[in-house]
Amino acid sequence: MADLTTTYLGLKLKNPLVASASPLSEKVETVCALEEAGIAALVMYSLFEEQIIHESLELDHYLDYGAESFAEALTYLPNIGRYSIGPGSYIQHLRRVKEAVTIPVIGSLNGVSTGGWIDYARMIEDAGADALELNIYYLSFDPKISSAELETTYANLVNNVKAKINIPLAVKISPFLTGMANVCQRLVEAGADGLVLFNRFYQPDFDLEELEIVPNLSLSTSQELRMPLRWISLLYGRIQTDFALTTGIHTAEDVLKAMMAGANVAMMASELLKHGPGRGAEILAELEAWMTEHEYESIKQMQGSMSAQAMHEPYALRRSNYMKVLNSFKYLP
Amino acid sequence: MKRQMVTIDGNEATASVAHRINEICAIYPITPSSNMGELADEWSALKRKNIWDTVPLVIEMQSEGGAAGAVHGALQTGALTTTFTASQGLLLMIPNMFKIAGELTSTVFHVSARTVATHALSIFGDHSDVMAVRQCGWGMLSSGSVQEAHDMAVIAQAASLEARVPFLHFFDGFRTSHEVNKIEQLTDDDLHAMIDDELVRAHRARALSPDHPVIRGTAQNPDVFFQARENANPYYKACPAIVQKAMDKFAKLTGRAYHLFDYIGAPDAERVVVVMASGGETAEATVKHLVERGEKVGVIRVRLFRPFSIEHFFAALPKTVKHIAVLDRTKEPGAAGEPLYMDIVTALAEAQKVKTFQLFSVPTVTGGRYGLASKEFTPAMVKAVFDELEKPEPKNHFTVGINDDVSHTSLDYDPAFSVEHPETIRCVFFGLGADGTVGANKNSIKIIGEETDNNAQGYFVYDSKKSGSMTISHLRFGPKPIQAPYLITPHTANFVAIHQFGFLERFDILKYAQPGAVFLLNSIYAPEEVWHHLPREVQEDIIKKKLKFYVINAYDVAQQAGMGERINTIMQTCFFAISGVLPRDQAIKQIKKTIRKTYGKRGEAVVKKNYEAVDQSLANLHEVKTPEKASSSLTRRPPVPAQAPEFVRQVLGPMIAFEGDSLPVSAMPKDGTFPTGTTQWEKRNIALEIPVWEPDLCIQCGKCIFVCPHAVIRHKVYETGLLKHAPVTFKSLESKFKEFPGMAYTVQVAPEDCTGCSLCIEACPAKDKSQVGRKAINMAAQLPLREAEAANWEFFLSLPEVDRALVNPGAVKNSQLLEPLFEFSGACSGCGETPYVKLVSQLFGERAIIANATGCSSIFGGNLPTTPWSFNKAGRGPAWSNSLFEDNAEFGLGFRLTLDKHNEFARELLTQFAKELGQDLVDGLLDAEQSSEAGIASQRERVEILKKKLGKSSDPRARNLVSVADSLVEKSVWILGGDGWAYDIGYGGLDHVLASGRNVNLLVMDTEVYSNTGGQASKATPRAAVAKFAAQGKGLPKKDLGLIAMAYGYVYVARVAMGASDQHTLRAFLEAEAYDGPSLIIAYSHCIAHGIDMVKGLEQQKLAVQSGMWPLYRYDPRLAAAGKNPLNIDYKEPSIPVDQYMYNETRYRMLVQSDEQRAEMLLKEARQDAKKRWQFYSQMAAMHFDEEKE
Repeated sequence: MADLTTTYLGLKLKNPLVASASPLSEKVETVCALEEAGIAALVMYSLFEEQIIHESLELDHYLDYGAESFAEALTYLPNIGRYSIGPGSYIQHLRRVKEAVTIPVIGSLNGVSTGGWIDYARMIEDAGADALELNIYYLSFDPKISSAELETTYANLVNNVKAKINIPLAVKISPFLTGMANVCQRLVEAGADGLVLFNRFYQPDFDLEELEIVPNLSLSTSQELRMPLRWISLLYGRIQTDFALTTGIHTAEDVLKAMMAGANVAMMASELLKHGPGRGAEILAELEAWMTEHEYESIKQMQGSMSAQAMHEPYALRRSNYMKVLNSFKYLP
Repeated sequence: MKRQMVTIDGNEATASVAHRINEICAIYPITPSSNMGELADEWSALKRKNIWDTVPLVIEMQSEGGAAGAVHGALQTGALTTTFTASQGLLLMIPNMFKIAGELTSTVFHVSARTVATHALSIFGDHSDVMAVRQCGWGMLSSGSVQEAHDMAVIAQAASLEARVPFLHFFDGFRTSHEVNKIEQLTDDDLHAMIDDELVRAHRARALSPDHPVIRGTAQNPDVFFQARENANPYYKACPAIVQKAMDKFAKLTGRAYHLFDYIGAPDAERVVVVMASGGETAEATVKHLVERGEKVGVIRVRLFRPFSIEHFFAALPKTVKHIAVLDRTKEPGAAGEPLYMDIVTALAEAQKVKTFQLFSVPTVTGGRYGLASKEFTPAMVKAVFDELEKPEPKNHFTVGINDDVSHTSLDYDPAFSVEHPETIRCVFFGLGADGTVGANKNSIKIIGEETDNNAQGYFVYDSKKSGSMTISHLRFGPKPIQAPYLITPHTANFVAIHQFGFLERFDILKYAQPGAVFLLNSIYAPEEVWHHLPREVQEDIIKKKLKFYVINAYDVAQQAGMGERINTIMQTCFFAISGVLPRDQAIKQIKKTIRKTYGKRGEAVVKKNYEAVDQSLANLHEVKTPEKASSSLTRRPPVPAQAPEFVRQVLGPMIAFEGDSLPVSAMPKDGTFPTGTTQWEKRNIALEIPVWEPDLCIQCGKCIFVCPHAVIRHKVYETGLLKHAPVTFKSLESKFKEFPGMAYTVQVAPEDCTGCSLCIEACPAKDKSQVGRKAINMAAQLPLREAEAANWEFFLSLPEVDRALVNPGAVKNSQLLEPLFEFSGACSGCGETPYVKLVSQLFGERAIIANATGCSSIFGGNLPTTPWSFNKAGRGPAWSNSLFEDNAEFGLGFRLTLDKHNEFARELLTQFAKELGQDLVDGLLDAEQSSEAGIASQRERVEILKKKLGKSSDPRARNLVSVADSLVEKSVWILGGDGWAYDIGYGGLDHVLASGRNVNLLVMDTEVYSNTGGQASKATPRAAVAKFAAQGKGLPKKDLGLIAMAYGYVYVARVAMGASDQHTLRAFLEAEAYDGPSLIIAYSHCIAHGIDMVKGLEQQKLAVQSGMWPLYRYDPRLAAAGKNPLNIDYKEPSIPVDQYMYNETRYRMLVQSDEQRAEMLLKEARQDAKKRWQFYSQMAAMHFDEEKE
């Protein structure tokens, strides 16, 4: 029987399949089902910096909207007196999740500024999270801000968050960085214990009839695996840190590829959202079957086996690979 | 337990006692008592316990009548039970009050006394309601201040339990109920000490119970009823002494001594005023002032009005009294005198008879009225009464506080007379409604009251409009007790703050400032340039009164701190910084502490931005060096233009300028009848931005006009030749209306009436293909456009209205060519109700008579000074009236009965005048086809001929015919109201009117809460929504009123949502009117109480329909008669989850934030509701109705 165990952020995991930050963690029952299906660890859905601020300001705005201006209606909504604005309900939920399962649970914070909200990192730790994933999601459209400035901001943020906690810290980054390797290196130096590649941006769509921008949430496909796969292959060994591959993990083969590229874990959401937690068990069974069939003893054995450093022809992962794809394209029927 | 000093209002002071010494509260919202019930509900929701360590049960009923019934039942089964009410609400309780008293039941009803509607409704305070129940057999105990309201609440309960006489505890609506004052709060121990548990148990022991059965409420016959009634006498006889005993016990406990009649004044007073409630405070302060100056005057403050104890009255009255003036805060037309006066006269007559009370001489007694509907009652007026008593023949049945130039009842008074202590600081703040000024001032007064040794008082005056309104905060504080239940008077304020620059050009605000006062202005202009932007009158006042003038650009600071337009914290900081009431550092510390207390529960981000605002305020506060001479060429604008009708100029103008108190009696209509169409003269200029039309993009769909809540955007088609007189900036393009080829077309905005809600922009479907953000209308700053657009608007109005007979109103764009006869109301900016009201006025206004239930629509429809119902060039337009909240359907039915009867009478008479009128005219009149505008116009012409022909006839039958001839023209009866009326308080009547089969149209503007009183739950409130009285989220689904109406089979029913389908809405309105029977339209009306951005109201309507939360349908009985299914489902199977609609609204979302688990449960159930509703309706619509043919 193949050994599926792996380690990630210093956590010993029974296999490399981790449920990534998504609505999968919104219900305790779903988390329990994931554990039952054999998922090795869970990243909680993200606590958003903007969401907390926005919710707070929005509630304040509407509770006071129109208030104290008309004698018969000095307010329009009851003063319930207590609201779980901010991290309260998230923390409570995290606690409930921790109590319900034995697999490691990784908290998730999403933000970019270094404001007071990073105190929430400590709260997540106190609630029992085994690690923290910091999701840096920032769209830079201000022509005055240089990439160097941004990268420094990211590094400072990681540094500040790391200073708040004692649990391991993973940093989830976007693929749209110019000096990818350098940024990754800086983040690790700033305190990241692992890197999660990559954040998946939800791109809005255009409605041509209404001429409006509409939010469009589409699930990932296996095609999207390519980019993180390539980058982990390139960075594995160059940067001394753990890697999690997220986006595009749908099958046992995808998991295997992730491992061979050098990832410590493969993170999955879309597939589980689409087919339910039980899909996790199927993938693990297929993973094990593949390994048995191909006489792999352990996950560790294959980790990084197809990374740039391990490859005979690493240039295939670099720019020439692009040329190769283009050249091959014209031969297609 | 140590007593705390707290700074709260009279309602809270009362409710805090009532909630702690009762087991059940059955309540119903009515101004100004609503927040007593709301507080009780909130406290119970928060599991706050009473003094017996159990949480009182609070239930909202469907009306005050229902509340009284529930209270009666709860009392009869042994629970300590209370209610809170006022005005009409109290009157609805009368039948039960008789019963409760007849059964010798202990209870206390807490009443914030409010005017009973007569010639007009008034939400303000007087004693007409409590005096209307004085015959019920209840004890009546009055409070004059916030502290007294707190204290008497428990004294009344203690006395009622012992006396077995139920008690009405009342205090002045608004003046006491809404005044914030520093009081000593009674502890639970105090309440325990006052309430005898043995008496509580005795109350329970008298309860109805099958374990010891009795029967109560028998029917009695002439043989015994009388005797039984008299058998209660001993209880009433004993009652006054019991009340005094409770007062004495209270005095021992707290040091505050009250008596049934408290006398204050010279021991040898010759002139004495007798008065109740807050007027007693003013009289007491005045008397003290006059006595100090050697005058022999005094006041008797009546605490216990019923049972009236003559014995106690004379014990309080000085023997030296020669003249008594009794002041009543009510009016009883036709009575020999007002109630308190009559009691005093009776007491004196009886005293003479029994010679029990040895007065030195028989005093003269005069009675007077004061303070109706919260009319100011000041020391100057009290002094006028005393002065009158010195005259050889003092006026009787006088009035004070008004100028009665009709009956000459009024006393003159010197407005400059003041008794205020020089150490008391008086501050007035003029804020823009909802800019947070009032809230900040409430916090300021709390800080001063609770963090310093000062006494403190706050009172707040609100506007009659719901949008762009002005608030005035009156704050007093100082080392001496503040006994001043009246507004800060002109020339006495130490501090005047104006939080909106625009007020300066509209109102004389600096009249409040005393010489040397501080004047703080929120100025959009820098300190060095502000002077040049002030109206001349303001400059002159600043110079003449030597005011210390400070400015801050609070809007800038607010923007920087992320506060939007809420400048409350900023102006509050400036107030503390300048006033010096606390050292600056300490003040800032306290402001921040209050910010955390007030906003902390809303999240750290809110606290942070408020902190930032505080920190940035002082750096931006500047003192302005004022020149020695006024130089401005600007002058204050008159409230209405010179070309306005005389009544508008002479009467409404002063009211608009907040000078209505100066109007004499003769200026007012005698019977409450006012001209319509007056909002057009009140140019409020409240919009910062207004819509601007882009003709190149316009597709002339009329959608922007359809949705405009304020009738400020309109379109017209007209002859192109008329454009030659158009102002240069007037825009026009060729008409695309197929009915009007070759004509010109314009969309025009009324710049000075627009509220800037921008619903029109939301509704506009036309987008620029090169820049989709640009639509056929876009918002732009009002100020630069004001002058030109005002001229364009005037020109637009001068263009002829379209001939109604040429317009097929069945299409949205056509319907909007019809002139709106409901315009520029004071409804909330972006109101969801008014577009429906306006549509009624456009389609049927010319021949509509409207019954309007009390609520938002009666307030924006009929609140003075100016009203929005209007008339056309022919002088025709909607006739409108408001009867009550509960009877509106019946009231409207009455209109129809008259129309039908007069129509019948006219038809009967017509046949007798064939000779004089000619058979053709008679036949024409009798057989007129009036289903179209053309048919109606023809019938009108016939009626005019009839009138001409018979107008000079001396035949009484002919004169009768002329007097009812108008009824031959089809009229349209519309019965309007909100869901509180239709689903709850007026449901019984609405049901009966539907059942009557008569041709009336009922329009329910369903906001799913009682909007006008501040968002209390109604039976229309949907599941999972948070509302007052449903603070935990409503657990049960919305009542399906439409389905109930459909059950009759002969009622036209439609459920519409303008934002989801304007065409469907239009069709429903036209069908409802066309149906010769009762019609019910239930219209989704987005509302400020939903906690939404009002600009998204239409979008929310759409989502409500798409999610199945709000079905669209039409049920037309005519289809059933034709063998078809009468139900047309006009929406599709729910296509989006309900939460996509719900969680855009704070009313739903706040439950997620306060109780996530319950929110989740209710969301699940709401989903099921939507699904089941769809299944149910679609099955119903699929039923076969053609059985009869088989």
